[in-house]
Parts: sequence; C-alpha cells; structure tokens
Amino acid sequence: MSTLVFLEHHGNELLKPSLGVLSKATTLDQDVSGVVLGSGVRGLAEQAAKFGASRVFVADRPELEAPLPQPRVDALAGLVRDREFDTVLFASSVLATDVAGGLAARLGAGLNWDLTDLVQQNGSLIGKRPALGDTVYVDVGWKDGPRLALIRPGTFDPQGVAETQSVEIEDLEPQFEDFSLAATMVEQAHAESEGPLIEDADVIVAGGRGLGAPENFKLVEELAQALGGAVAATRAVVDAGWYPYATQVGQTGKSVSPKLYIACGISGAIQHKVGMQGSGLIVAINKDPNAPIFEYSDLGVVGDLNDVVPKLTELVRQRKS
Amino acid sequence: MKIAVCVKHVPEQSKRIDPATKRLDRSGEGAINPFDVHAVEEALKLKEDRGGEVVVVSMGPAGAQDSVRKALAMGADSALLITDEAAAGSDLVATTNVLAAALESEAPDLVLFGQQAGDSDGAVLWAAVADRLRRPVISQVADLSVEDGKVRGKRQTEFGYDVIEAPIPAVLAVSDAINEPRYPSLKGIMGARSKPQRTVSLSELGLEGGITGEAGSKTVVQALSDPPPRGDTVKIEDDGSAAEKIVEFLAERKLV
Repeated sequence: MSTLVFLEHHGNELLKPSLGVLSKATTLDQDVSGVVLGSGVRGLAEQAAKFGASRVFVADRPELEAPLPQPRVDALAGLVRDREFDTVLFASSVLATDVAGGLAARLGAGLNWDLTDLVQQNGSLIGKRPALGDTVYVDVGWKDGPRLALIRPGTFDPQGVAETQSVEIEDLEPQFEDFSLAATMVEQAHAESEGPLIEDADVIVAGGRGLGAPENFKLVEELAQALGGAVAATRAVVDAGWYPYATQVGQTGKSVSPKLYIACGISGAIQHKVGMQGSGLIVAINKDPNAPIFEYSDLGVVGDLNDVVPKLTELVRQRKS
Repeated sequence: MKIAVCVKHVPEQSKRIDPATKRLDRSGEGAINPFDVHAVEEALKLKEDRGGEVVVVSMGPAGAQDSVRKALAMGADSALLITDEAAAGSDLVATTNVLAAALESEAPDLVLFGQQAGDSDGAVLWAAVADRLRRPVISQVADLSVEDGKVRGKRQTEFGYDVIEAPIPAVLAVSDAINEPRYPSLKGIMGARSKPQRTVSLSELGLEGGITGEAGSKTVVQALSDPPPRGDTVKIEDDGSAAEKIVEFLAERKLV
C-alpha cells in the first residue's frame, strides 16, 4: 500500500478528525504520507509528524488560501498520479466531501463514503459503512486503485507517536485548471465557538425541542461546560433558529461519535439517530417514556430535564472541584 | 437561462439491500429524493424571477418516471430520463459518466442538485459532475442569488458562513434550508403528462459499454451484516435522584 491522508486545517491547527484518520492509516500501512494544502501552512507539516506521518507534502499557494475544493482536486490529482498513491483517505467535512468527489471523477477512481472502520482482509482494504439509517452494515471495497475513502469524523482518535520520527517535508507546485479557480470566496464569517467543535469533542451534550424555548439551551451549555464537552442540537431546533447549523447532528447535519452523548429533550427520530448512534455511551433525558431515543440509549431517564439537567451539572462540578 | 435539475428516484418504504445482488432493492414503490425537491423549487424560483426554462434530468429505473413527473407537476418544463439495464448498479464514477454526458447534451447554464441522496446518504455527486463538466461548483447553498452572469451562494460549514461566487455556467448543490418547496397544483399535475419527456438509453447518449453500471464501477459491495448490538438499555424514572444515578453510571465507566 501507499497511503496519502488529506490533512485539513482551520487557522493554525490541523483538524482532529484528519489526524485521527492519519493515526489509523499508520496501523494499516507502514509508509503513510500526509498532504497539507493552503496558504501560509508550511508550519503545519511538523504537527503531522507527531501522529505518524513519515512524509508530508505541502502546497503553500495563494490559490489554496480559501477552503474551496476545486484547486485542491488539482493539487491532489497531480500528487496521486506522480507518486502513484493507491489509497487516499479523508475525514469527512464540507470541504473534504467536495474534494473527494471531484478527485474521484478526475482520477476515475472508486470512492466509498461515511466509513466507520477500515480493515485489511485477506490482503485487501475493506471499509465498513452503516447504511439505510444504520440498520445494516455494508462491507465495501475497491476494484483497483486509487482507492478513495471518506471517514466519519470522530471515528478514529489521533494517537500521538512516542518518538517523533524525522519527517520529510516536500513542497508541491500544483498546476491549477482555469475552471478550478473560477469560484471565489467573497466573504467568510467564522463564529469562533468557545467550546470544542462537535467533531472533535469527546463529550457532547445535545438539546432538542423538549427544551421548550431557545433560552433553555443554557442548561445544555452549562452541563457541556462542566463536562468539558461541546453543545449539539437537533434539526428541529436549528430550523427553528434556536441554535446554529454548525452544531446540528443528524442526517442533514453532522455525524458524530463522541465517547459520551447526552441527549436532552430529544425524541430521537431516525434522522437524528443516524448522526449519533456511533457514540460510545448514550444517555437520554426525556419526559416522554415512549420516545424512540430510549430504544438506543445506554441509560434512559424519564423525567423533566429542567430538574435533572441542572442537578447533574452541579454534581459534575462538585466531582471536578 | 436554462437550468437543469438532477433528481433521483429513491425507494420509499421498507428499504432493503438485495442479498443476492448486494444492491439497494429498487423494485418497490419509489419517490423523488426529498432533498431534490428543494433543488426543483429553487430552479423554478430562478425561472420565475429571470425567465428561462427548467429541465429535469434523472438516471434510474423506468419507475423513475414518477419522480420526473412530480418535478414537471411542480412546474419544470421538460425532462430527460436515462434508463438502461446496463446502468444499474452504477457507483459514483459510473453515475458521473452518465450524468455528465446527459448534461453536456443539454448544455444548461446552471446545474442544480439536492444536498444528498436520501437512500445512499451520498453527498459527492455534484463535485464529481462539476469536475467532469469542468465547471465551478458551490455546495450546501442555503441562499442563492444570480447577477451579472454570476451566481452567489451562501452556505454554512463547520466554522461559520461562507459566501462563494462563481461565473455561470456553474454546478450547485442546495441545502434543504434554502426554501419551502411548493406542492404541485391540480393543473400542474394534469399538465405534466403533456410536457416534453424523453427517455433515452446509454447508446442514445453516445456512451459505450464498460464505463457505466457495475462494469464501470470502481467500488464493490462485499458483504452485509447486522449492526453491532448495543448493550442493554437501563431505563429509570426520575424520583428526584436521577442526576445522582447518571453520575454513578458515568463514574463506573470513568466518564466523569
């Protein structure tokens, strides 16, 4: 195998889901390369070395400053062809999904998405994919290379390597297609969230319609803060304007798999379930004893979240202090 | 302005994967992918504002005619359905080969997609089609405007809002937050049948064998299995001590 991992960044950090995929790749292949594409990103290559990359390709170009997919497809297509990578792995994100789709078309390559595991089986790479609302697990493979895969964020934890190997950094000089540079970013409004991003969080506290009113999200926020976790929301409350879309978990939002997921006032419709049922442990608090979420939670509490959640926050704070 | 909207016919109820072919069973009742209805609506709004025509493009089994008709009943002007046994089982690359050929023959100014396929949860097709058509792409668009030969889309990402602009012709995928789709009127439903609808085979699109269907696919489904079982659910009623019980439960698992 020769594996390339797309390392996405935001600001001066490589994103945790990308580093998780990099760590996983090093368990499947001895020689794993990462690639960082952006402007002013050369310093990020060293970060990748801490997670096992033996080589990091860097394209540091103004055309790659905005997080737009098409110039990245150009850069990756050239790299994969020149170095004959047979496997290219991505952690799913808005950007990575478009990059992977474009790259599949450019290379005429197979792309499998929404994978929750990668294994070697009789010498070939197999991806595991939950399908049809996670009611069936599908083993997917590739006829030949290059094999492209999008991994659900949160599937793999970044594992720092004990001794940082010396990393080889290679500069790329990508050739861009005219049509790839046609779309331009005219405005970016990045709300800097205070807590961790939901894709990165080990603990997520999520709120739904059962909170009753947008101001009650503070119960969820306080619990998340006490646990050092992130706040997530359901489709219903995002549509109602109670909470930003970037926090939405579910079929039309993000898929997350934290170690702990606490659902407050969430009925647990299938559209929500598909985004969070990969979580390690699910705790649900809902006053409706028949809420579907109780069918797939590890601990279900039938009760009023206005009573339970503040008490829980207080108890967690006491334990931590 | 000519707008092509790509719609997918997806199984409606009792979705299952056929264990023999390992393909999604598409023999039962189907309906238009709910996400694509938003793309149809957005195309119709653009047409109402600026004039032009809306053509529906779909690839699928003969039953996909139902989904095409729904889009026509909403107000689209014409339809192109690519249906061919040799296209069954197409993966992303094979589907891209077919759709790109169909879209090239239509030569639209804008190509619209919904934000994902309701059956496969795929959200990669527009980027692949845009690459093949060599056109700019903007995905997840929640607010769309067209001006001076340019299209401008606002969208949300993990980090906040982006506003992206691209010259026309372009490919767009719209989020389902972009609009509230209209219901077809009775007149629309009655009129749909008489609108121009073409059904074409792969050879009529000039496509040769080997690049579509399973033969043209680069991915394979190897096996199906049940999802891993979850542990037993512990369910308690709050008698005033639920918070303590949750903390105990988490402490036992070293999560607090």
